[in-house]
Amino acid sequence: MRWLVATIAETFVETARTTTLRLDVPSWPGHRAGQHVDVRLTAEDGYQAQRSYSIASRPGADRLELTVVRIDDGEVSPYLTTDAEVGDQFEVRGPIGGWFVWDGDDSTPVLLVGGGSGVVPLVAMMRHHARVDSVAPMRLLYSARSADDVIFRDELPTLAAGAHREVTLTLTRETSPAWSGRRGHVNAELLAELGWPPSVRAHCFVCGPTPFVEAVSGVLVDLGHEAARVKTERFGPTGE
Amino acid sequence: MRVVSRGFQGRARQPGGGLIPPGQYLVDDFPVLTAGPTPFTSLDEWDFSVVDETGAVVARWTWDEFRQLPAETPTVDIHCVTKWSKLGTRWEGVSVDTLLDGVETSAEYVLAFADGDYTTNLPLADVQDGKAWIVYGFDGDELEPEHGGPARLLVPHLYFWKSAKWVRGLRLLDEDLPGFWESAGYHNYGDPWREQRYWGD
Repeated sequence: MRWLVATIAETFVETARTTTLRLDVPSWPGHRAGQHVDVRLTAEDGYQAQRSYSIASRPGADRLELTVVRIDDGEVSPYLTTDAEVGDQFEVRGPIGGWFVWDGDDSTPVLLVGGGSGVVPLVAMMRHHARVDSVAPMRLLYSARSADDVIFRDELPTLAAGAHREVTLTLTRETSPAWSGRRGHVNAELLAELGWPPSVRAHCFVCGPTPFVEAVSGVLVDLGHEAARVKTERFGPTGE
Repeated sequence: MRVVSRGFQGRARQPGGGLIPPGQYLVDDFPVLTAGPTPFTSLDEWDFSVVDETGAVVARWTWDEFRQLPAETPTVDIHCVTKWSKLGTRWEGVSVDTLLDGVETSAEYVLAFADGDYTTNLPLADVQDGKAWIVYGFDGDELEPEHGGPARLLVPHLYFWKSAKWVRGLRLLDEDLPGFWESAGYHNYGDPWREQRYWGD
């Protein structure tokens, strides 16, 4: 798989720690919703560093979008979120991964459960759903720390307003009484209420930090979802 | 053409001393990556099988029997295709040579199979002659479920997805049969030193 030159065409600050990079990548071969990409940075002296990031943009979008959370002691994410500017270049190769993907080619219900930046590949799926006017009922449960940590804050209501799409936010550490939505972790009660009944054999996609994915995927199996229909993607403690 | 990322410094150049394959970076923790929920098989139900190329089960151990087999304690470096490498990891388990001892076969390939319907394929030679183990201990403790416990394959010279978690057996094959990730875009062999991450690498 070849390395391709990516040029930053636009940046968008999502939250204090999260930035979306919109990239021009000539000859990008296209991708499926849920896939990721390898990023390679090269310093003046030739030193290189690679990391993997989920793709945020929908298949067929004009630009490849990466939504990156800054890990303060990380090596690559501080550069991408803070230092890099429009016109700067790095290399990408991909798309990668043929398992954690949703193509929208059937009408089976879909459950998306994201924790923190784990929402990124799930939003790619939701954007794809909107683009192809899918009739598959799709629900996103998104757990963030606080209202200020919600990525895609402005777009989520628009996505949720479309037919066959629902978005539920739950905040785990929000202290402001102004937040009138749900609070607390994604747990068995919430998944029993808002996840699909196991009988509909929904496609389940769970993405987030390891403890989040362990907990949510375990609960889904306990609730009766088939393990083979629960697909997971994790960002480990080092997962910058 | 080299593409320099303006202003990128990178970390202090790592002192890996040639221990870190290209494109990898060192970690001290132990990230977890899996494709689905963590399966939990009770030790009463656990077994480990060797199936030959005719489909016959030619060896089988219960958990208790498996733990009676001679153990080794390899200390190895591991390299995950998602870019992290971890040096000097300490494991405890049974050499695959011990498990294949006495098995008559002309097979050239092996498919490791695991709970959760995970499989991964390797040339048989890559799990022989002291190159692979079925491990149940990590860093002095029993191997935790999220890291593949009760037992996982350990093939440290290949990317770590080849080291199947929750492994339950080895199936010998005359012809190569791509496993789970090998069918989903990842390299069939996976040598980290040749950076064989994906199809076509």
